[in-house]
Amino acid sequence: MKTAVIVFPGSNCDRDLAIALQAATGTAPTMVWHAETVLPDAVDLVAVPGGFSYGDYLRSGAIAARSPVMRAVIDAAGRGVAVLGVCNGFQVLTEAGLLPGALMRNAGLSFVCRDVDLEVANADTRFTKGYVAGERITVPVAHHDGNYVADADTLDRLEGEGRVAFRYAETVNGSARGIAGLLNDAGNVLGMMPHPERRTEAAHGGTDGRRLFEGLAAAFG
Amino acid sequence: MKLSIVVTLKPGVLDPQGRAIHHALNGLGFDGVTDVRQGKLIELEVADDTDDATVDQMCRRLLANTVIENYRVERRA
Repeated sequence: MKTAVIVFPGSNCDRDLAIALQAATGTAPTMVWHAETVLPDAVDLVAVPGGFSYGDYLRSGAIAARSPVMRAVIDAAGRGVAVLGVCNGFQVLTEAGLLPGALMRNAGLSFVCRDVDLEVANADTRFTKGYVAGERITVPVAHHDGNYVADADTLDRLEGEGRVAFRYAETVNGSARGIAGLLNDAGNVLGMMPHPERRTEAAHGGTDGRRLFEGLAAAFG
Repeated sequence: MKLSIVVTLKPGVLDPQGRAIHHALNGLGFDGVTDVRQGKLIELEVADDTDDATVDQMCRRLLANTVIENYRVERRA
């Protein structure tokens, strides 16, 4: 399985994602700088990491979403290449129009940095094959803008189509319908605020996040 | 030519920052405040022949996120 990790100025989870992907797939991902205009040939998965791309200027993820490499990511997503956005990566994917809705300031206004319990709402995706539907997992979050917003019709449609992959199982940030992770209509793009790459080794306090990467590796054979 | 782009949250979009400001104003004794919404002001200096459609594209493609925000353009002298 061939993977790539996008690196923006201000990304800070790119190396963690790379380590998690290498551990699961056996091959180190290609790191792709934001100014690049092409992705590696025959890439199966593009990961957009967490951090504070461009200092969160204007809106979280807004400038990164208009960077040269994102045009290539949008094209790849349109061809069916899997795209995973974590935390700031999720914000970038919504700003780029690859996922509906927007991520706003947390309802409590505080930066939330702690382990949270999630419910796996849909285990029948290439990203969530390592889980069982309805299962509770523990994964850390670390964000200021994770409050997912979309209009009621969009939220109904997302839920009806099984596009909510993960839900918070506790109060975290005021996110609509408890949405923590969301798929696009084709199912090949996942954005999530929690950080699975920070929960991949026993020394991290658990390995619930590792199963996302192992599930992906299994999905791509 | 100078332009001011005023970006505001759409009605109905919850504004936690506006609510915190509202709360703080009440705390200072300004009891007559019934609602607060926080937005942003972006000032642009552009070529004099920049047309409205181009400015509109700047707003739609970058300056505002039209999922959650409205914008208006004010021309300044």
